[in-house]
Amino acid sequence: MTDMTAPLTQARPRALRQEPDLEARRRRAAFWFLAPMLAMLVCVAAWPLARSIYFSFTDTTLTSLYDGRWVGFDNYLSYRQLSSGRAVWRGTLADPAWWNAVWNTVRFAAISVSLETVLGLMVALVLNVRFPMRGLVRAAILIPWAIPTIVSAKMWGWMLNDQFGILNDMMLRAGLISEKIAWTANAETAMAAVILVDVWKTTPFMALLCLAGLQMVPRDIYEAAKVDGVHPVKVFFRVTLPLVRPALMVAVIFRMLDALRMFDLVYVLTPNSSATKTMSILSRENLIEFDKFAYGSAQSTLLFALIAVFVSLYIWLGKVDLGGRKPA
Amino acid sequence: MAHIQLNDIRKSYGAAEVIKGVDLEIRAGEFMVFVGPSGCGKSTLLRLISGLTSISSGDLMFDGARMNSKVPSDRGIAMVFQSYALYPHMTVYENMAFGMKLAKSGKAAIRARVEKAAEMLQIGHLLDRLPRQLSGGQRQRVAIGRAICRDPRVFLFDEPLSNLDAALRVATRLEIAKLHHEMEQTTMVYVTHDQVEAMTLADRICVLRDGKVEQVGTPAELYEKPNSTFVAGFIGSPKMNLLTGEVAGDFGCRTLGIRPEHVDITAEGALWTGTVVHAEDLGSDTYLYVDVGAEEPVVVRREGRRAVALGETLGLRPRPEHLHRFDGGGLPLH
Ligand SMILES: Nc1ncnc2c1ncn2[C@@H]1O[C@H](COP(=O)(O)OP(=O)(O)O)[C@@H](O)[C@H]1O
Ligand SMILES: [Mg+2]
Repeated sequence: MTDMTAPLTQARPRALRQEPDLEARRRRAAFWFLAPMLAMLVCVAAWPLARSIYFSFTDTTLTSLYDGRWVGFDNYLSYRQLSSGRAVWRGTLADPAWWNAVWNTVRFAAISVSLETVLGLMVALVLNVRFPMRGLVRAAILIPWAIPTIVSAKMWGWMLNDQFGILNDMMLRAGLISEKIAWTANAETAMAAVILVDVWKTTPFMALLCLAGLQMVPRDIYEAAKVDGVHPVKVFFRVTLPLVRPALMVAVIFRMLDALRMFDLVYVLTPNSSATKTMSILSRENLIEFDKFAYGSAQSTLLFALIAVFVSLYIWLGKVDLGGRKPA
Repeated sequence: MAHIQLNDIRKSYGAAEVIKGVDLEIRAGEFMVFVGPSGCGKSTLLRLISGLTSISSGDLMFDGARMNSKVPSDRGIAMVFQSYALYPHMTVYENMAFGMKLAKSGKAAIRARVEKAAEMLQIGHLLDRLPRQLSGGQRQRVAIGRAICRDPRVFLFDEPLSNLDAALRVATRLEIAKLHHEMEQTTMVYVTHDQVEAMTLADRICVLRDGKVEQVGTPAELYEKPNSTFVAGFIGSPKMNLLTGEVAGDFGCRTLGIRPEHVDITAEGALWTGTVVHAEDLGSDTYLYVDVGAEEPVVVRREGRRAVALGETLGLRPRPEHLHRFDGGGLPLH
């Protein structure tokens, strides 16, 4: 090739050949940027998780962490025939305390997250309307969320106290109750107390996520509905709710994750009450206090599995029509 | 069918007065266009008529009945928004039927009405789609269809074409004109900043400027007898030449207006002579920018495509019957 354009036409394939290289370089750079985070995650999440799962299949104790023997599924469920001929089931899955904790946790999560969702959405609807000092109110409503759980649990513990608590005092004066109630100690009211405090604390978070969703809804469709004379209640259920549902689902997942591993509030507010003992509380007891380290590990693993299953299920269910899409 | 009357309508947001006393009659069955530059209060005025915004003072009457305190749904209006305002999670059918369900019409009646409107706009095959599966033009038709379904006394449009591309805009403009002929019982109020839309669609145009009515009249009246330099400059494309200084002084006025189509190029008897500084060839017409010593070059329309060299000297003669003379306040001299 002797003509002048030769260098140009040759340059082009070379540039093309370089492109995969560039792509690979970009990928390598991305990996190096991600590497510290991945290493961190392996250290603080993956490794402890794997260890916990491993411990749950051994007879490890807190005093001899490295001497555990492999026992298979004994910590979960095992079966033995006594010499008398009686069959005995052992392991976490046969432990009434465990099932009590599961029931407590699920009940707590379901009730508190439902309440928080409804209240949060209501608060968000109010905050979405323009009114004087809205910015200030928006910030103020976040205060319960910003207070550390231990502090708010202690605070509510005092307010709910049977002798000196302000709630008993107020309700007595108002004639709502005839005698002082030990809200947190009483088996019937302990769960209600925990749910009350959790709702108080987390509704602002829910409201904020809902508000973000609400602000994505175009304003003009409300005006169209107004011109059409559609009743506001119908507008809420047929327009607003379907459109904020994706945001709402994300918020519910977040909250559900938190609620299923509830620990701190119960630990501070109602210690040692079997009416509120959650899975996390129970597994910590076994791990640390009762020296049944492997047994507690099995319970932790089950909790992990439950949360994982729940989240996958929820995401899968949500994905089917997250955008309000209709099956074709 | 509604005769709309606006008596000294005012609207303030806090201390800022946006609509500054509008008196206007819109006749029953008329196609009225509000036109004016961006921010002059067209949308606000339309929203005052719709009831989406409350009137600060003045009276709004539909057929003699005061509307000021009526909610939008009681005014018998339908509105087409610039952004379409379709419900994103509902199908086209649901979008059109959503507002009707309240009227307790039977299911069959609703379907019949939706289908009739859909047929009118040729969107019958789209009824099962979601808005995001439609093109901009189709969405706008759905929005118009939804409004038709309400069978309104008054049809309000707020810049319905401004989100469409140029070709679609012309096509949809035709549709709207057709709609007006088919729905001759319905009063239509249409907001646009585009004077071509106003000229082509309107029975009458209301030119707004800074919250006040500048002039009301048929397109021909506004074109032929603008009663201010503002209207003269706003109506017509390309813009009317508005010459000041000595050129205007020769005619005993402060501003002299002449439309590009009313200036002849002649060799003899030329009133102005000047050099061509710029030429725009549109195929059907050529616009020549001729510097005659005024502040801005005079634009002259010339039919067809005739090449003119830049710098060429031309003699110009405005047709005297088409000259517009304005005083220092921008008002016409007679
Ligand atoms: N909700 C509002 N609050 C305060 N000012 C507004 C509001 N709506 C419109 N305006 C003001 O009113 C003027 C006219 O607005 P608009 O009617 O939207 O103009 P146009 O539709 O002619 O472009 C603008 O200056 C705008 O800033
Ligand atoms: Mg506008």
